[in-house]
Amino acid sequence: MQKLFIAIIFTILLSGCSGNWGWYVVNPTTDGGIINLMFLLSGLYYTILTSVVAIVISIVVGLIIALPALSKNRFLRGINRFYVEIVRAVPILVLILWVYYGLPQVAGITIDVFWAGVIALALSDSAFEAEIFRAGIQSVDKGQYEASHTISLNYIDTMRFVILPQAIRRVLPALGNQLVYMLKMSSLVSVIGMQELTRKANELVVTEYRPLEVYTILVLEYLVLILIVSAGVRWLENRLGTDK
Amino acid sequence: MGRIINVENISKNFGDFRALKGVSLDVSAGERVVICGPSGSGKSTLIRCINGLEEHQTGTIEVDGVLLDQSADSLSMIKSKIGMVFQQFNLFPHLTVMENLTLGPIRARKMRKSDAVDLAMEYLERVRIPEQANKYPVQLSGGQQQRVAIARSLCMEPTIILFDEPTSALDPEMIKEVLEVMTELATSGMTMICVTHETGFARNVADKMVFMDCGEIVETAKPDKFFTNPDSQRCQEFLDKILHH
Repeated sequence: MQKLFIAIIFTILLSGCSGNWGWYVVNPTTDGGIINLMFLLSGLYYTILTSVVAIVISIVVGLIIALPALSKNRFLRGINRFYVEIVRAVPILVLILWVYYGLPQVAGITIDVFWAGVIALALSDSAFEAEIFRAGIQSVDKGQYEASHTISLNYIDTMRFVILPQAIRRVLPALGNQLVYMLKMSSLVSVIGMQELTRKANELVVTEYRPLEVYTILVLEYLVLILIVSAGVRWLENRLGTDK
Repeated sequence: MGRIINVENISKNFGDFRALKGVSLDVSAGERVVICGPSGSGKSTLIRCINGLEEHQTGTIEVDGVLLDQSADSLSMIKSKIGMVFQQFNLFPHLTVMENLTLGPIRARKMRKSDAVDLAMEYLERVRIPEQANKYPVQLSGGQQQRVAIARSLCMEPTIILFDEPTSALDPEMIKEVLEVMTELATSGMTMICVTHETGFARNVADKMVFMDCGEIVETAKPDKFFTNPDSQRCQEFLDKILHH
C-alpha cells in the first residue's frame, strides 16, 4: 500500500520533468515555492476549524432530532421524519448558498462567512447524524430499558448512563465516517469565500495559472489530513472497545 | 401478615392475543410465591404487569397500598418497592459490576457514592462474589452474572423481589449457585414472586404454588398438595411432564 503510494507520487513528479508540468510553483527548494506552499497550507486552519465546529453542532442537533424518533407518540416521530427528509433532500452546496445569501434577508440578521459555512454544513450533516443515532439506540436490547426501569432510573438517566453509552460505541465507526465526510464537504464553503484549503488553492491558481500542480498539492493536503483523522478514529474505537 | 400485593381481575392483550384473562392474586408480606406453567401461559406477563413493565388493560393492581394507574407518581412509587431479576440478566455491559450495582442507588436513591459502594459490597458479599467487583459482566460466568443481577436489585432495597425464570438461561452446573442465593434470600423474609420450573427450589421455599395456563390461574395450593395431589387435570399433566423428563 505504502509502496504503491510512493510509486504514484514519483510517477507524477518524474512525468513533470519531461513534459509541460511546472513544479517550480510549489518547489520547496526555492523561495517562491515555499511562499506558495505556505499560502496553500494556511487554509488548513479554517478547514479544520469549520469541520470540527460543524461536526460538534451536528452531533448535538442530530441527537436531539433522533430522540423523538424513538417515541411511541406519532406526532413526535413525525417531527423527526419531517426534519430528516427535508434536510436530507437539499444539496449541501445549495444549502451553503442559501444560508449565506438567503438567511440574512429572511431573518434580518448579518451572518459572516465562517458561521454561514458552519451552520450550513452542520444542518446538512445533522439529518445523517440523527439517522445514525436512531439506528444505534434502536440496536440496544430492550432488556436494558427494562433493567433501568426496575432500578428506578428516569428517562434522562436511562439514556445518559445506560442506552447512549452503548449506542455511541456501536455507531463510532459511522460517526468517524461523518467526520471524514465533513472534512471533504468543507471544501464547498470556498464558494462563499471562506479562506480554507480549496479557496486558497483557487486563489493561487488564479495568480500562478498552474492548476494541475496546485490542485495536486490540494489533493495531497486532504489525503494526509483525512488519513490522520481516520487513524485517530480507529484508535478511539479500539480504546473504547466497540464490543465491551 | 398484611397483604402487600393485590392483583384483582386483570386482563392484558397483545393485539389479538389474550395474555391474561382476568387474573387475581394476593400476596402477603414475606410470602414466597412460585408461579409455574407452560410457556405462553402468561406467567411472565403477570409479574411484568405487577411492576409496571407491561400496562394491563382492565382490573386493578395494588402494591403496598399504592394503586398502579400508570401515572408517573404511582409508577415511580411502585418501582421503588419492587426489584426484578430477569432470565437474560440484563446487566449493563459497558459498566463494571460495581457500577452496575451503584447506578440505581446513586441516581435514583440519591445516595452518596461512598455509601453506595459500601452497600454494593455488602450485597456482593451476600451473593458471594465480592472479588468480582471491578470486572465487566462479560468476564463473568452466567451464574455469576445472575448473582450480580440479584445484588443489583437488592441494592435498591426493595420490599418485594420478582424473579422471571432466573435460571432458564443458565448451564446446569450454574443453576445451583443461583438457587442457593435465592433460597438464602427467601429465608431472610423477603417477599418473593418467582416464575420458575425448578421444582426442588419450589418445594423448599414456596409458601404458595400458582399454576397458570392460557392466561388464567388454574390452581393455587400449598407446595405439598400441589406436587402430590393437585386438583386440576391440566396441572397434573404439566407436573407429569416436568417431573418425569
